[in-house]
Amino acid sequence: MRFIFKTDYRQDIALAKHPGHVFWYGLLALLLLAAPWWLAEYWLAQLTFVLIYAIAGLGLMLLAGFTGLFSLGHAAFLGVGAYTHAALVAAGWPFLLSLACAAAMSGAVGVVVGLPALRVKGIYLGMATLAFGFIVEEILARWESVTGGNAGLHVKAPQIMGWSLAGAEAFYFLCLVITVLATLGMLNLLRAPTGRAFVAIRDSEISAQSMGIHLARYKTLSFALSAALAGVAGALYAHKLQFISPDQFNILQSIDLLLMIVIGGLGSVHGVFLGALFLIAMPQAIALGKDLLPAAIGQAPGLQAAVYGLVLIAFVLFEPMGLYGRWLKVRTWLQLFPFYRQGMFKRQKSFQKSDRLK
Amino acid sequence: MQMLQLMISGVAQGCIYGLIALGFVLIYKGTETVSFAQGELMMLGAFIGLACMTLMGFPFWLSVLSAIAGMAAFGMLLERVVVRPILGQPAFSIVMLTIGVGYTLRGLITMIPGIGTETYLLPVPYKDEIWTWGELVVNVEQFAIIAATGVLCLLLFALFKYSKLGIAMQASSQNQLAAYYMGIPVQRLNGVVWALAAAVAAVAGLLLAPITFVHANMGFIGLKAFPAAVVGGFSSLPGAIVGGLVIGLVESFSGFYLPEGFKDVAAYVVVLIMLMVKPNGLFGEKLRKKV
Repeated sequence: MRFIFKTDYRQDIALAKHPGHVFWYGLLALLLLAAPWWLAEYWLAQLTFVLIYAIAGLGLMLLAGFTGLFSLGHAAFLGVGAYTHAALVAAGWPFLLSLACAAAMSGAVGVVVGLPALRVKGIYLGMATLAFGFIVEEILARWESVTGGNAGLHVKAPQIMGWSLAGAEAFYFLCLVITVLATLGMLNLLRAPTGRAFVAIRDSEISAQSMGIHLARYKTLSFALSAALAGVAGALYAHKLQFISPDQFNILQSIDLLLMIVIGGLGSVHGVFLGALFLIAMPQAIALGKDLLPAAIGQAPGLQAAVYGLVLIAFVLFEPMGLYGRWLKVRTWLQLFPFYRQGMFKRQKSFQKSDRLK
Repeated sequence: MQMLQLMISGVAQGCIYGLIALGFVLIYKGTETVSFAQGELMMLGAFIGLACMTLMGFPFWLSVLSAIAGMAAFGMLLERVVVRPILGQPAFSIVMLTIGVGYTLRGLITMIPGIGTETYLLPVPYKDEIWTWGELVVNVEQFAIIAATGVLCLLLFALFKYSKLGIAMQASSQNQLAAYYMGIPVQRLNGVVWALAAAVAAVAGLLLAPITFVHANMGFIGLKAFPAAVVGGFSSLPGAIVGGLVIGLVESFSGFYLPEGFKDVAAYVVVLIMLMVKPNGLFGEKLRKKV
């Protein structure tokens, strides 16, 4: 068991709480930096997808996990970012400027969607974002002069200052840098007053309001930041696939994103990455297991949906804190060995509390 | 005349949305949770009806009744197995859970060899019959939808207004703990609510099946029923039907008068406007927390 002896107030908000953090995250950073040399090209591409989804997940986690506002249409922000970026790059804008514009555009759209969030809560907000997602998908499909409609749009390989990032490795490093920046930014945000205000709003709007937090401003800000991150992820996604079409940003993608943060663990930054790993690894695992199953089950088109559904149900029922929650339990078990008690993380049994009067 | 024709098809479509929305509203009113699996329950109901009619050779009425009864039992089972263990968790958990249930049902139905991957026509006795009044042409299928919706709505309204069960459901919806203290068996009641919602979904599925065919993805229409529930107010039974009618009519008229593409998003535009203007819906109750 580790006891941290605090001698300075700044230790409370330090990103690395103890030398163990420095060591393990340093090791992770080394492994990721060396990834192109120890991973085959296919797996490197999958790792790139994990990073891209993690960026989008960070955005959704900020909104859903830390501000308590649920978006059922987050793929729309991904789509707005992807199409803005694709259009600007095609028009010859430099990569970084275009990426910033994609983020800004997504963020602006996020503010617009956030406006109803000021009036509605819970399921109504879910409905508003769901409706918004459908509308954006339809616009992407119909506004053919810009988006190419349902036929889709090809995206050129990125170039930064005349330096081409067409190769898988170069693009991987680009994603890695952006992911690290986004993660550090997010961690910093969460220890700053703004992030604390988000968490306060999540826990109780009324008490947050009584403490002087301007609900409208912070909710809108949360939507904007979340959408901007999704926009960046969308832009990278467009480059990675080199081809985008409206049906990549439909309701199923939105649900995938939600599934990712719920399975990863709602309300933790680690959860985003665990969830992204899960989301990318799962189809691979299903493809591997397919041949082992009887043909009627293994070849069914709905196999993936069924597995996702079952996993989601299992997590909600048995591990509401997600993969990160499971890791916390394992870590606590190891730290307290042999004094771990069965009921340490037990949920309190209760009745449904009314949401209507929140 | 064209107006009237558009109106009838809009009303019929709206009644379907209304019926599915009734399921949402029932569950919301009874247990204050939102079920995203309603569309998939509807799909399952249609498949059970189909299986009864074609595989087992039941007569029409018997298959309808057995589909409804089967779905009611399934709803109760669903509540017992997956919903009850997370009673009292934040509403979002149940949303994710029902999304999972929907995914699973949709996936599992495709795994039934030879059945799940095909598209079927439900052989109802009133198939392709047409009534004409002057210039007006009415499909009997559409008429059946409208009539069944009306009857069902009255029944449910009476249940919630006059029966002891319905009043107990209202009490448990407002405050489960207080209702429990008053001697209402809240958990058993939740089971009944889910059974009712699943039965209503089965009715919707059986009515929709002659028009859109039976297939594994027919549950996606449930996503259009959400706007109906929101427009009507999530906690009002008549509101669900009215909301469904509004959405159905808006869709049918925008499909005719507006350029292509508007039909698909009309429902969502309506719901966004509704949420901006009157977030509680047309018939929703307005409540405010006092600290």
